[in-house]
Amino acid sequence: MPKDSDQIESGIGASPKRREDVRFLTGAGNYTDDINLNGQAYVYFLRSDMAHGRIISIDTSDAAAMPGVVQIFTGADFEAVGGIPCGWQITDKHGEVMQEPAHPVLAQGKVRYVGDAIAAVVADSLDQARDAAEAIVLDIEELPAVINMKAALKEGATKVHDDLTSNLCYDWGFVEENKPAVEEAFAKAAHVTTLELVNNRLIANPMEPRVALGDFNRATGDSTLYTTSQNPHVIRLLMGAFVLGIPEHKLRVIAPDVGGGFGTKIFHYAEEAFCTFAAKALNRAVKWTSSRAEAFISDAHGRDHVTTIQLALDSDNNFTALRTDTHANMGAYLSTFAPSVPTWLHGTLMAGNYKTPLIYVNVKAVFTNTVPVDAYRGAGRPEATFQLERVIDKAARELGVDPIALRRQNFITEFPYATPVAVEYDTGDYNATMDKLEEIADLAGFAARRAKSEARGLVRGLGVNCYIEACGIAPSNLVGQLGARAGLYESATVRVNATGGLVVMTGSHSHGQGHETSFPQVIAEMIGIDESMVEIVHGDTANTPMGMGTYGSRSLAVGGSAMVRATEKIIAKAKKIAAHILEASDADIELKDGQFSIAGTDKSLAWGDVTLAAYVPHNYPLEDIEPGLEETAFYDPANFTYPSGAYACEVELDPETGKVSIERFAAADDFGNIVNPMIVDGQVHGGIGQGIGQALLEAAVYNEDGQLLSASYMDYAMPRADDLPFYQVDHSCQTPCTHNPLGVKGCGEAGAIGSPPAVVNAVVDALQSMGKDVTHVDMPLSPARVWAAMNG
Amino acid sequence: MYNFEVEKPTSIADAVAALSADEAQALGGGQTLIPTLKQRLASPSKLVSLSGIAEMQGMRLAAGSLCIGGATSHATVAAEATGSYPALAALAGGIGDPAVRNRGTIGGSLANNDPAACYPAAALASGAVIVTNAREIAADDFFDGLFTTVLEEGEIVTEVRLQVPEAANYQKFVQPASRFALVGVFVAKFANAVRVAVTGASEEGVFRWSEAEAALSSNFSADALEGLSVAPEGMMADIHGSKAYRAHLLGVLTKRAVAAAA
Ligand SMILES: Cc1cc2nc3c(=O)[nH]c(=O)nc-3n(C[C@H](O)[C@H](O)[C@H](O)COP(=O)(O)OP(=O)(O)OC[C@H]3O[C@@H](n4cnc5c(N)ncnc54)[C@H](O)[C@@H]3O)c2cc1C
Repeated sequence: MPKDSDQIESGIGASPKRREDVRFLTGAGNYTDDINLNGQAYVYFLRSDMAHGRIISIDTSDAAAMPGVVQIFTGADFEAVGGIPCGWQITDKHGEVMQEPAHPVLAQGKVRYVGDAIAAVVADSLDQARDAAEAIVLDIEELPAVINMKAALKEGATKVHDDLTSNLCYDWGFVEENKPAVEEAFAKAAHVTTLELVNNRLIANPMEPRVALGDFNRATGDSTLYTTSQNPHVIRLLMGAFVLGIPEHKLRVIAPDVGGGFGTKIFHYAEEAFCTFAAKALNRAVKWTSSRAEAFISDAHGRDHVTTIQLALDSDNNFTALRTDTHANMGAYLSTFAPSVPTWLHGTLMAGNYKTPLIYVNVKAVFTNTVPVDAYRGAGRPEATFQLERVIDKAARELGVDPIALRRQNFITEFPYATPVAVEYDTGDYNATMDKLEEIADLAGFAARRAKSEARGLVRGLGVNCYIEACGIAPSNLVGQLGARAGLYESATVRVNATGGLVVMTGSHSHGQGHETSFPQVIAEMIGIDESMVEIVHGDTANTPMGMGTYGSRSLAVGGSAMVRATEKIIAKAKKIAAHILEASDADIELKDGQFSIAGTDKSLAWGDVTLAAYVPHNYPLEDIEPGLEETAFYDPANFTYPSGAYACEVELDPETGKVSIERFAAADDFGNIVNPMIVDGQVHGGIGQGIGQALLEAAVYNEDGQLLSASYMDYAMPRADDLPFYQVDHSCQTPCTHNPLGVKGCGEAGAIGSPPAVVNAVVDALQSMGKDVTHVDMPLSPARVWAAMNG
Repeated sequence: MYNFEVEKPTSIADAVAALSADEAQALGGGQTLIPTLKQRLASPSKLVSLSGIAEMQGMRLAAGSLCIGGATSHATVAAEATGSYPALAALAGGIGDPAVRNRGTIGGSLANNDPAACYPAAALASGAVIVTNAREIAADDFFDGLFTTVLEEGEIVTEVRLQVPEAANYQKFVQPASRFALVGVFVAKFANAVRVAVTGASEEGVFRWSEAEAALSSNFSADALEGLSVAPEGMMADIHGSKAYRAHLLGVLTKRAVAAAA
């Protein structure tokens, strides 16, 4: 039974205000750029303004003599150093491993995208570094830019990497063995709906641009990197082991307050390795702060898929098979998790909420002369959801059936459910979320609202869709089989202090999600103490256990589970101590409201008495247990979690200009159990904001020369408050996850996954209601595009 | 940014003198110039701030014209022209965000002549006279293509005199990212003529749509524009809109401006 959050004042299910916001909103946060070390130098990266070129020479002699210059580095300085590693290896449909190009810290031999770093100038001040960079004389022979993915795969196309056989990273088939059966089902289908679409390239644009500050301690030989990262331990491992050859015990990575990540701060970037390397080489701290302009051409981009999807139905409108053909842009190099996004985070989601028995997904990943592409909020799952929910909408139109009824007819209703694309959904109730959606979106009132819009000369459209996501990433053994070069467990150390307060050192990382508020709610509930007695520590490899960080909506489901496991160990030990003092047996001790008592008696001990005894063990079972109260747990989930939901969007379209405005947006989500409903609302709101951004506004556009045309906010349209409606958000449908101790599923990406198809479905509905024969418009649905579609 | 000197004179004469230095440049609200400097796309030796010159601030009505000091901020116009020239106040209130409006100035906007800026359309449609330290220039002669005006080196816009029409309206269709005008149309109805100025659309910058003016001068109603259109050739095209789209929008916005003004 879901708890009614209004009545809950503390613990799980309550909505205390976010404690971290006090420092964020009053300017007391400690972001990487706020950290300045004595005597630090500054690095300016000279970046390529050419998409593709052969480096003939780099003459730094004049620049090196300029005031304040400490040293200028080029690719040659990194020949003895490792390249930036890729964290995931895909095996293609022929059993071959993907093509994996070298990814040097600074360009070697060629520049491969506008933004590729050619030289790094370290100077006493940033201005001096920049002045000197302008004095570097480059001789670069321009080569044809490889931009269009399909052209890049043509015979004889210019190669981004000369030492690879082609621009194809991999050609992945999933599930390859299903292919003949899928073909057969299509041959027998009563109806086939085909849709070609583009999932537009995006730039995450976190409010805080990336920063890296490398430091070296000559006395100890230790290196420290302060960085804007979602996963400091992952950076320590990748950079230490693969790039710079520094063992973990000599390398500390600190990601302090981080101002938004959205995926683009997961990856290990060359700038981090550079600052760490240079600090040691120069025996001086080296700092890099990205400008916003630099962020556009150096932060990993997201999405950028071109897909043809086909849905086969029988004569009763049951889905019988699905097949897709996708080209996924990798950009010029493989960013940390890039290969996994169009494959395991995408192909495995193609069943969606539906019992389609046969599915085949083909993905060709392609190298181009563009910024590397990697995970962005949702990562692969928005791409899957968008195709599927668009093609179902199109099928409903072609068949003349109600799009909601067609979905309901094909819903998976029995759980656990093993999909034909390798995953097993543990729980869900898709009819319940659809029912809830119909209620909160007031779908019954749509016709009346449409008439009102019409009276004002505007055309109203309604779009509905479902989504499923696989998050809480992930079981390590499974992802290992799928090519991950990392484990995906999470860790927590719970330290209880003598007077009863707790510090939780988590391997998860909070960069806006509110862990410092929600994690204590869980512990407070378990022990029966006030949340204010619990403090969360994260982001520093020196004082947190090895953890994998935050992405894939995994923090509570995986990191929170580790914390629960560690707290369970604490409670078990505390009960032993209490039993000793109360002269009872462990099994008879109960912990409730912060009191240990002997079942059935009035004898009890307060939480604080027991914690004190752990550190002042005068009356203590020293022969059985050690003093102290500190436990660590590592938690590796048994499965992904599968949040799901149904979304509805209503738009108004101005038929004269093509301008679309979002009038209503409703989201009915099933996230399993909820710890802090307010934070969940916030996560959904933010996700929908980004989804609407993708659907209506955002696009990273390259011209054929490989210049990024949308390289600043003058041309890259971020959603603003007045682009967004008030949302109706509900998460009262709760089918708890069956395999983690909290029964939670994760809510961080849902909004971004579920919202783009709702918007596009709504606009197509509006166009159709005007009598336009438009079945699809590619995102972003800018006024110009919608107008062109109307008048095409 | 490269290094530069800053001077903040308190009179037009001192400003003109300061601007005679080699590579000196006027600084209005800095909303265009400062970002340009940050990108290292300009390297003036000296910036001469016009914001301390009292005689370039504020507005007054004289002989049917609203005379606005060249260093008057968009926010001031938005707040203070609501009675004297409401369409202009609304235009100023729709520029950028509050920070931009509090700093950006009418003189800076006209001198900059961004092809997507709003004020050039107002100046042209209002038959404005642009007053500089040296001369008076009719708006029809002032703009000279993208980001170009007839201003000489070191010449500053000290005042802008806009004839106040009987009725007027500015329709701005925003470019989704910058929220400058993807196309903006300013329609001004005077006793003896109608002026229609279009920004954001043409490859040549702000221009008057003379066919529409002629049609509207005899019949000031949206119906009068029926059948009139501008050819897509010569319109700008970018990732936010094709030539055809801009040409189309121009027609729609002109009708809306007339309907709103009438
Ligand atoms: C986020 C943002 C959004 C914006 N949105 C809009 C919009 O929607 N519509 C719009 O029209 N504009 C918009 N602008 C531009 C804004 O209106 C600027 O303020 C204006 O274009 C320039 O005015 P300024 O006073 O800031 O000039 P500055 O930036 O100081 O100077 C611009 C140029 O004009 C010169 N100059 C300045 N004052 C004078 C003068 N009195 N005489 C002669 N030369 C002078 C300078 O030397 C420089 O070359 C926006 C700007 C920003 C940053």
